[in-house]
Amino acid sequence: METESKHDGIVGRGNREGARLFREWFDSLTRAAEEDRGGAYVFVMGSLGELLRAFDLPVVFPEINSLQTAVRKVAHEYLNEAEDIGYSPDICGYVKADIATQQRGGQLPMGRIPKPAIAVLTNACNTYIKWAEIWERMYHMPCYVLDVPGSRADGLTPGPGDRDFDNDRRYVAAQLKELIGLLEETTGKRFDIDRLRESLVHANAMNQGWQRVLELNRSRPSLFNALSDGTIYLGVSNGFRGAPEGARYFTELVEEMEYKRDQGIGTLVDEQYRLIFVGVPCYPIFRRFTELFTEHGGTFVNSTYLWFASGGSNLGFQYDPRDPLESLAEGVLVGVRDAMDSMFFQTRALAGMIDDYAADGIVFHPIKSCRTVSTGLADNRRALMAMRDIPSLFVESDMMDRRVVSEAQMKNRVDAFFEGLASRRQLAGAGRGEA
Amino acid sequence: MNEVVVFPEWREKDLDGILGACLELIEDTTFPTVKRWRDAGGKVVGHFQVYFPEELADAAGLLPFKVRGASIDASQADSRFGSYLCSVVKTSLELALSERVHLDLFVTHPICDAARNLAAVWGRNVSYPCQILYLPQNAASPSAATYLRGEYDRLRRVLEGIAGAPVPNEALRRSITRFNENRALLRELYAIKRETPWQVAAHEAYVLTAVGGLVPREEHNALLRTVLPLLRSRAAHAQDRIRVVFEGGFCEQPPLDLIRSIGRSCYVVDDDFLIGMRWILDDVDPGKDPLAALAAAYLEGSGYSPVQHDPRKPKERMLLDRIDRSDARAAIVSSAKMCEPGLEEQVAYVQALDGARIPHFVTEFEENMTTFEQLEIQLETFVENLLFD
Repeated sequence: METESKHDGIVGRGNREGARLFREWFDSLTRAAEEDRGGAYVFVMGSLGELLRAFDLPVVFPEINSLQTAVRKVAHEYLNEAEDIGYSPDICGYVKADIATQQRGGQLPMGRIPKPAIAVLTNACNTYIKWAEIWERMYHMPCYVLDVPGSRADGLTPGPGDRDFDNDRRYVAAQLKELIGLLEETTGKRFDIDRLRESLVHANAMNQGWQRVLELNRSRPSLFNALSDGTIYLGVSNGFRGAPEGARYFTELVEEMEYKRDQGIGTLVDEQYRLIFVGVPCYPIFRRFTELFTEHGGTFVNSTYLWFASGGSNLGFQYDPRDPLESLAEGVLVGVRDAMDSMFFQTRALAGMIDDYAADGIVFHPIKSCRTVSTGLADNRRALMAMRDIPSLFVESDMMDRRVVSEAQMKNRVDAFFEGLASRRQLAGAGRGEA
Repeated sequence: MNEVVVFPEWREKDLDGILGACLELIEDTTFPTVKRWRDAGGKVVGHFQVYFPEELADAAGLLPFKVRGASIDASQADSRFGSYLCSVVKTSLELALSERVHLDLFVTHPICDAARNLAAVWGRNVSYPCQILYLPQNAASPSAATYLRGEYDRLRRVLEGIAGAPVPNEALRRSITRFNENRALLRELYAIKRETPWQVAAHEAYVLTAVGGLVPREEHNALLRTVLPLLRSRAAHAQDRIRVVFEGGFCEQPPLDLIRSIGRSCYVVDDDFLIGMRWILDDVDPGKDPLAALAAAYLEGSGYSPVQHDPRKPKERMLLDRIDRSDARAAIVSSAKMCEPGLEEQVAYVQALDGARIPHFVTEFEENMTTFEQLEIQLETFVENLLFD
């Protein structure tokens, strides 16, 4: 009886708690909007949640808001509104959904978001910068671009002590100090370094937990679906970065995953194929997209999305609270650089992922909306196929725009992909003399 | 330093002959100047749009070659990319895959989401090094200049490795002086466009500028030193055309025929074609630390484009200034197809132009487009409306 109750309490807790935290987060944003308290607009690749918490700013992630419009099947309304203003069908759908959100006074299906008091963004995606320039024009509020130099070439990732790394780190550290001054000015609050220390401790727990959760999915059967469940975890990792709730969530998530591993509880009852996902999910048919694979016994054991959209948390970086600013600079540099690497220089990392997670196949999903993620995928696939003998599927659609999502066509491609996987397995079995 | 003359065809010719030779060169997709440089034992640094501190490559004795796509079929490169991409990214890679140009180093910049992928894609397909030069995107930060000086120092070390020799500050000072002359000559060319646009057609000015991306600056300087007085003394008369600014040519370049078409009904008195070559606005004083001088010039003495964020230079205000300075009556606000920064900026430009009551013509282009009839008719209608307004 006690075991059953423990089982029910733990299994699926990450998803339940994630949904609850999300609701609470949006309720708090709605309250902030109603009280006309400005928010900090930030992005998933380098949100600086650790620092912003020290200023009690409501944190708004426009990317997450936009994708929610797609998941809730209303993105097309938002996209059309932005296109009516003059924004091209060929630009990022997240940007357009947000423009329409601003036109609607921050109204979204999940609640209402406050206007920006400040925007803090990195250069991990160039569109972040163009996006923030739109807010600058709309609201005449400060936008701070925290410029984080990435890897200069594949494999060129120097660390502390290297003069080029130190040049980058000093640049990031100097910008963080400028940003703190700007945050003080914007909020009228003095910076409290002890609050930053607290946030860093929470972020450390979260980073460590996230890294461990990803590692645990090497188990067979896999414990969570990197596409569906993973996106919930990602939402918490972004929205609650540096917060005690975030730290607790990931500590408990590790506990859940370890329990599932010990009990042999997989995300699928009958896991047939272990897959890796590369790209951004197809949010307009989010659930159905995952089902196209799970119906064949396929589950996503890991994805590049869980790396770059966590802003590099996957590395498990541990800040040194004794030297918070320098440590934050190093953590941001290393984390955001890794996020960029997992989009641009990902071939070897993917090869490692295939080995570590015993993957049977890899699915590339380039999207119209996002050139950051999608530009190099075809070439990356070609290079990866030369490195590893693994079947792959290349299916193009979008993360927002249902006009370029053809479910029927996608299903045909996915079905054919699984036929290939099955026949490959059969041939391999025959080669080993299995019946 | 490679002493070969890579572009002798214009010499001993009259103005029309010179312009013809330049036109042939920039339309030649076999890139003969690059080939001649290599045949003479020289090494080549290909750098993608928009801005690159070419002085560093020049000081290392390398040919800086401006990679800006080409009017070619990207048959091999197409398979390396997704569908929703601008043309210049594809045709630029095609230059390497089809072996039209042989490089010793390729450098791209995080100017946009597509371009920053290029170093990775390019690097997986060629044997020479491919890198990203991280030009600052926080240009207003007091720490940006120090950072950029360090980044240029890193680039200098890379270039020294390619050249197989150190690049002393003295060599860098000489290169900066050479490029200062080039910038002054280009400013003079643009002054002619502004002051007496009937003396140089839009496509002629474009061609004369573009040659600079294909030859050593010494040769480009010699060309411009010869051509500019010839343009000034050209017997031509003002015609009844609208003075316009063209905005949208900062990365992918519009086809020459498009520029020619615009020139038939308008005087293009200023533009952002190949803006990287004119990015630094004034002479750079190399001083004691030429790397620091170049870094400061990039940040503090430079133009604007949709791919550099600098809150001190709001792009729409800069466009209005450009229109004002050149005494233009209207603007052509264009963007390359699928160019995210260009398309996003278009909206801000249009709103600012509406606010300032400046007539504008909005369009898109692709470097490989071949039919302009519809666009020409639309533009003529736009111009007629203004002429008879």
